[in-house]
Amino acid sequence: MNSFSPTPDLPPLTPFPMVQRRPETPSQTGGPYVHIGLAPQQAGFDIFDNNFGNVLVSDDTRGERITVEGRVFDGSGTPVRDVLVEIWQADADGRYHHPADPRGERGDEFFRGWGRTGGDFDTGVYTFETIKPGPVPGTGDTIQAPHLAMVLFARGINLGLHTRVYFDDETEANAADPLLRSIEWEVRRNTLIARRGTRNGKTVYTFDIRLQDTPDGGRETVFLDI
Amino acid sequence: MTTADPTHRYGEFVERDLTQHPPALTPGYRTSVLRSPRNALLSPRNTLTERTGPMILPDELGAHDNDMILNFAKGGLPIGERIVMHGHVRDEFGNPVRGAFVEAWQANAGGRYRHKNDTYHLAPIDPNFGGCGRMVTDENGYYFFRTIKPGPYPWGNNANAWRPAHIHFSIIGDGWAQRLITQSYFEGDPLIEQCPIAATVPSRNQLRSLIAQADPANNTPFDSRTYRFDITLRGRRATFFENPRSTGAAR
Repeated sequence: MNSFSPTPDLPPLTPFPMVQRRPETPSQTGGPYVHIGLAPQQAGFDIFDNNFGNVLVSDDTRGERITVEGRVFDGSGTPVRDVLVEIWQADADGRYHHPADPRGERGDEFFRGWGRTGGDFDTGVYTFETIKPGPVPGTGDTIQAPHLAMVLFARGINLGLHTRVYFDDETEANAADPLLRSIEWEVRRNTLIARRGTRNGKTVYTFDIRLQDTPDGGRETVFLDI
Repeated sequence: MTTADPTHRYGEFVERDLTQHPPALTPGYRTSVLRSPRNALLSPRNTLTERTGPMILPDELGAHDNDMILNFAKGGLPIGERIVMHGHVRDEFGNPVRGAFVEAWQANAGGRYRHKNDTYHLAPIDPNFGGCGRMVTDENGYYFFRTIKPGPYPWGNNANAWRPAHIHFSIIGDGWAQRLITQSYFEGDPLIEQCPIAATVPSRNQLRSLIAQADPANNTPFDSRTYRFDITLRGRRATFFENPRSTGAAR
């Protein structure tokens, strides 16, 4: 018995029974070979008839076609070449293809709203072909600026990192967005804004992610506990 | 069992209890050092974005997608220990998660991954084994698949680090906030105690929840052994009153 042990007969802090709630299964890293399960063609083999990839649109999907691309950097500025990225977004009218959307699950029937891809093994660049989402209702009577939800998995990442992608040509909507406004440090809000550009006549938004602050400060992407 | 009011099936998710998960920075797992944020996470209120999520339907999958023994077989069966892995996907309140998309991937019986970046060339590829499978849970949140028990695998964390036998799992539940990737280990494997990745799990009970248990009553005699691995995702809370206009308090 060591003499520093706390008094053993204190009553429990919670004298009434807690609601029974089993803990969530703990996360583990996706590891370096996450592509085998989630993007087997990138791992180097073909196995499923129907693959889920980085093209969210078909010819019938409504909305403005955009490419979203970028790289993920670690704390040394090195691209994370084995990252796996997923996005989840509303359709062109700001509607989610899911029954929890109070307007019903049937938005654009030609748009699931979900995509996944790995970073390129040489360059680290990830790419999605999608549409620009419409604005989505927030809590209460707020409106959220158009955004993509994004999650990152990789070797060295123990729990998937959530973030959001906003668009730099939505200045007014971004200024009113509840989540962006809740980021107290204005310098960090910019880390969630993708930059619009054009390549070969196509609209390309560039969204780079920095996992870890560099000594100049303020550049680490804002990550969310959603 | 306590459940949220079923009429509030699509309410906000209960906050993730981060003390039950590995922290981002776990120096014993060396790659995490440069790949972990230095700033605190931001906790916004759940919106439709987090309460909804992608829906994958069973008829989008192939007949053998959950059978790793057959889904890459090229004129022969893969070599190794034949096992069935099964279990339920439930939320924190015990409700089944129906229609969850469960994906799994793993090494072959010798610990070799079918991946262009795997450098463990001493252990050969099995020509009849791909190493990935997927399924959608049924009305009871139940899933099952058949595979070959994976072998342990050496890796460069430190000079003599070996992963325990494990199967990677990815789960897309009924809302984006439930998105989870994890790994299941096998009952009795002595490598679990020495693994820097298993050691990132913050408690014995939580580590135990990642260890699939032998389920001999469900073995298929003279065919395959069976392991049980249940998965718990986040639960939704009831909405007792209309949401106030609030995005969070000052920190």
